[in-house]
Amino acid sequence: MSNKNAMINRYAWYETIAIYAGIAVFMIFVLAPFVEGFLVSLKPLSRLFSSPYKFWPENGSFDAYFTMWDSVPGFGRYVFNSIFISTVATVIVLLLVVPAAYAFARFRFTGRGPLLGAFLAVNMFSGAVLIIPLFRLMRSMGILNTYAAMIVPGVAFLIPTAIWLLRTYMLRIPKELEEAAYADGASRIYTFRRVILPLAMPGITVVAITTFIGAYAQQFIYALTFNSKTEYMPLPIGLFAYFGRQEVIWNELMAASFVGIAPAMIVIFFLQRYLVNGLTAGAVK
Amino acid sequence: MNAKKSAVIFAWMLLLPSLLYISVIVIYPLIDTVHLSFTNASLKKTYSYVGWINYDKIFNETFAAVVIRTFVWTFFSVLIKMVIGTFGAIMLNTAVPGRTLFRILTMPPWIVPMAIGIFMWGWMYNGQFGMISGVLQNWGVVDGPVAFLAYGSSAFWATIVTDVWIGVPMVTLYMLAAIQSVPQDLYEAAWTDGAGRMYRFRRITLPLIIPALITMSMISLISTFNSFDIIWILTQGGPSGSTTTMIIDTYKTAIGSYKYGEGAARAVLICIFLSIFCFFYFRVTSRISPETAR
Repeated sequence: MSNKNAMINRYAWYETIAIYAGIAVFMIFVLAPFVEGFLVSLKPLSRLFSSPYKFWPENGSFDAYFTMWDSVPGFGRYVFNSIFISTVATVIVLLLVVPAAYAFARFRFTGRGPLLGAFLAVNMFSGAVLIIPLFRLMRSMGILNTYAAMIVPGVAFLIPTAIWLLRTYMLRIPKELEEAAYADGASRIYTFRRVILPLAMPGITVVAITTFIGAYAQQFIYALTFNSKTEYMPLPIGLFAYFGRQEVIWNELMAASFVGIAPAMIVIFFLQRYLVNGLTAGAVK
Repeated sequence: MNAKKSAVIFAWMLLLPSLLYISVIVIYPLIDTVHLSFTNASLKKTYSYVGWINYDKIFNETFAAVVIRTFVWTFFSVLIKMVIGTFGAIMLNTAVPGRTLFRILTMPPWIVPMAIGIFMWGWMYNGQFGMISGVLQNWGVVDGPVAFLAYGSSAFWATIVTDVWIGVPMVTLYMLAAIQSVPQDLYEAAWTDGAGRMYRFRRITLPLIIPALITMSMISLISTFNSFDIIWILTQGGPSGSTTTMIIDTYKTAIGSYKYGEGAARAVLICIFLSIFCFFYFRVTSRISPETAR
C-alpha cells in the first residue's frame, strides 16, 4: 500500500522543481508582511526613513525591542488585557456550548434541525452590522468602558462554530456507553458529567483552543467602539492609537507587534495538529 | 413515553443558556436594528418615529455607488482568495519533503490578531519607505514612490489584497482537507490504468472537491461582505470614499456621526443581502450534500 503510494507520488526532477517554486510563491505571499515587519523592527529609525529602499537592515539591532517599553508604556497592560479578554470569552463559550452541543448530538426533539441551522445562521452576521443596537444594549446594561463590553458581544459570535465543532465530535462517542450508564440507574445529569464530559475532553480541548484563537484574533471593533479607557484596551487597539500619530515609530511598533503575537505563534507551533483538525472538522463531510 | 418526554425536557434545559445568550446579543439587536431604522434616534435620549424617511435618504446616487463598490470589492476578494487558496492547497498536498512545515507556516495570517497583520500591510503600502513601493522602484517598475493608500483605485485593490491575505489560510486548509478526503484507492485504480498526474487531477480530484469549493466560496462571501477591520485600519473608507463599503458606510453614519436611525436603515439593507447569501448557502449545501440539511 505505502509502496504503491510512493510510486504514484514519485515526481520527475522538473516536477519537484515546479512544486517547490509554486510553494515558494505561495509562502512569499503569506509570510512577506511578517518578514518585512520583522526586518523593520531591526532597523534603526533613521535608516528606516532613507531611500533608496533596502530590504536587509544595515546596522540592524534588537534595540527597538528594549526601547519600545518606554515608547508604548501600556504595552504589558495591553497584552494582559488581550489574553484576559480571550480567556474569559473562552470560558463563557465553553459553559454555554458544551451542554448545547450535547443536546444537538444526542437528543431527538422537534425543531432540532432548524434550531441548529438558526445557530449557524448567527455566523452570517458580524458585530459590525449589529453595532448600533449592541452599543445601545451595552450602554443600558451600564457596561460601556469595561472589560465586559468587549467580552459579551464577542462571545455570541464564537458560539455557532464552537457548537458545530463539538457536536461533530460528540456524534462519534458510542451511544452504548450512555445506555450502560442509564441501565445502571444513573441520572441524565450524572451521565452527562461522569460519562460524556470525560470522553468529550479531547474535543472540548480543541474547541477551547480554536475559540481562544478566534477571540484573540478578532479583538478590534468592540474594543474600538465600546471602550475608550486606555487601561482596558487590548493589544490591537492599544497599538492602533500609535499608528494614527504624526510621527509613527515604526520599528518599535513592529517590535511590539511581534512580542504581542508571540503567544499566538507559540500556540500554532505546539498545537498545530489540533488546530488544523479543529478548524476544518465538520466543514468537510 | 414518560422517559422520552423527560429526555426532551432535559435537551431543552441543556440548550437554554446558549439560546438565551444568542437571543439577547443577536436576535434582540436584529429586531432593534429594524425598529431604529424607522426612527431619528441619535445620541439624545428620546427619539421619534419618522416612517420611511431614512430609507428615502439612502436611495440616492452615492449609496448606489457604495453598494456596487461593495459587491465589486467582495467579488474580487472572494475570487482571488479561492484561486490562491486552492493553489496553495494543491501545492501543500504534494508529497515533497517539508510540507508539514509549510502547512504550519500557512496559518499565521489567520491566527495572529487580525489588526496586527493589517498594521504590517500598512507599512508595506507606505509610499516613501514601504516594501512594495521600494522593491518596485529598485526593479525599475515604477519611477518614484507609490503611496498605495493615497489614491482611490490603488487603495481599493490594496485593501482587497490584504483581505485576500487574511482569508487565504482558511481556504487553503479547508481545501487541503477536502483534497485529502478523496479516497486514495481511486488514484491507485487510475494509476494502475496508466492515467497521468494531470489527468488524475482533472478527472478525480477536481470533480470531488467541487462541493467543498462551492461551500468555501459561500462562507468566504459572507465573511468578506462583513469585512470591517482591514478597511478601517488601512483607509477608514478613504481616500474620498473609494474604499467605503456598506459596512464602513454604516459604521461611519452610526458611530462616526451618531445618526443611529440612518445607520440602522443601512444595516437592515446589509442584513437583507446577507440573508439572501445565507439562503443560497443552505440551498446549495443541502443540494450537494443532503445529509447536512437534515
